[in-house]
Amino acid sequence: MIVTLSKDSIKITREQDTIFLRNRVKEWATKIGMGLVNQTKLITAASELVRNMLKYAGGGTVDIEIVSKGRENGVKLIFSDKGPGIKDINLAMRDGYTTGRSLGLGLPGTRRLVSEFEIQSVVDEGTTISIIKWKNG
Amino acid sequence: MKNEAVKVIKAKKKYILEQWFQNQLENDGLREDLITNEDQRIQSEELLNSLTASISDNNFDNFQSRDFEKVEEILSGIAIARARRGFSPRETGAYVFSLKTALLKTLSEEISDPKVLYTESMRINSLLDNFSIITFETFIKGREDVILRQTDEITEISTPVIKVWDGILALPIIGTLDSSRTQVVMENLLQEIVETGSSIAILDISGVPAIDTLVAQHLIKTVSATRLMGAECIISGIRPEIAQTVVHLGIDLSEIVTKATLASALKMAFGMIELEVRKKATPKVL
Repeated sequence: MIVTLSKDSIKITREQDTIFLRNRVKEWATKIGMGLVNQTKLITAASELVRNMLKYAGGGTVDIEIVSKGRENGVKLIFSDKGPGIKDINLAMRDGYTTGRSLGLGLPGTRRLVSEFEIQSVVDEGTTISIIKWKNG
Repeated sequence: MKNEAVKVIKAKKKYILEQWFQNQLENDGLREDLITNEDQRIQSEELLNSLTASISDNNFDNFQSRDFEKVEEILSGIAIARARRGFSPRETGAYVFSLKTALLKTLSEEISDPKVLYTESMRINSLLDNFSIITFETFIKGREDVILRQTDEITEISTPVIKVWDGILALPIIGTLDSSRTQVVMENLLQEIVETGSSIAILDISGVPAIDTLVAQHLIKTVSATRLMGAECIISGIRPEIAQTVVHLGIDLSEIVTKATLASALKMAFGMIELEVRKKATPKVL
């Protein structure tokens, strides 16, 4: 069972907000004693997803939570936007697929960087992605 | 019913100004390091003048009345100027609140009927509370402007291209690489390659906090452009955690020459232009 220990929410509307988000994620990851490598992975994943959010949906909100499962602590991030949504999630999760002339590694790469990855998307309603990085995961 | 307060305020303008200034003195609201007494006096007088000029029996209750536009304008001007000069919110707030104290004190001295005094005081209260809100709004806006300007300045700090050796350029990148920044970096670098006739460029990313796919894409583009110019590009300053992250993300940087430190990149550059850096041989002492 995953228990939420503390919670915060950040609104993303401009590119500058990504820097603020990254710093907050770093702060929280440091608080639970996450190592440098996992921290960097989590921050990279966060910046990847928040960039997608800005690019395709023009912004949204990010909820940061410290969660615990048994003896393990972790940071959970929930990215929700009200953008156009993703038509074919399986296709979007494939390496090298992109609709926006980028490398096409953002979503699949992010999944490899974090411990748990969950994506829900409804066309024309929005996308919600939640990721968890365990302290030693 | 003729409004007592309006009459009193208009009649006792000079007295109120004196009181107000007295209050400001007591509140330590005067920051002589930031604004001279004389200037503050002129400011206060201007504000009070416009207040007494615009206040009337008709609009006294209605602070949204257009008659107060002039007052609000002066107040906003004062608040923004104070925000820029570095006044604290407390000092700015105290400035407006001390006017309220002065007005209420004058009213209490002039109006003897407690009932009338109470209603008039309440009206003055809500009118000036509204002015305080305006002051705070503009004060915060003034501060935000300062922050926005600083943000612009930080992003504008151009990335310098350093000539470390004949034919070798180094470009330390600090902070986040976004599209507009990459554009500046690339332009500077390519321009400098032409001007100095350099054949090797070292891009040092020790100061880049994280590399995601967008940053990687920008780096790849910069390297390709450098190659088109006939120069070789080395990326240095890849930290262990960045290396792991890049591998997990699945970014292919194998086409690019990368080094862990600027020193090793420089060493490699020396090798490429067939230079040798040696310790000077000391003459043997017999």
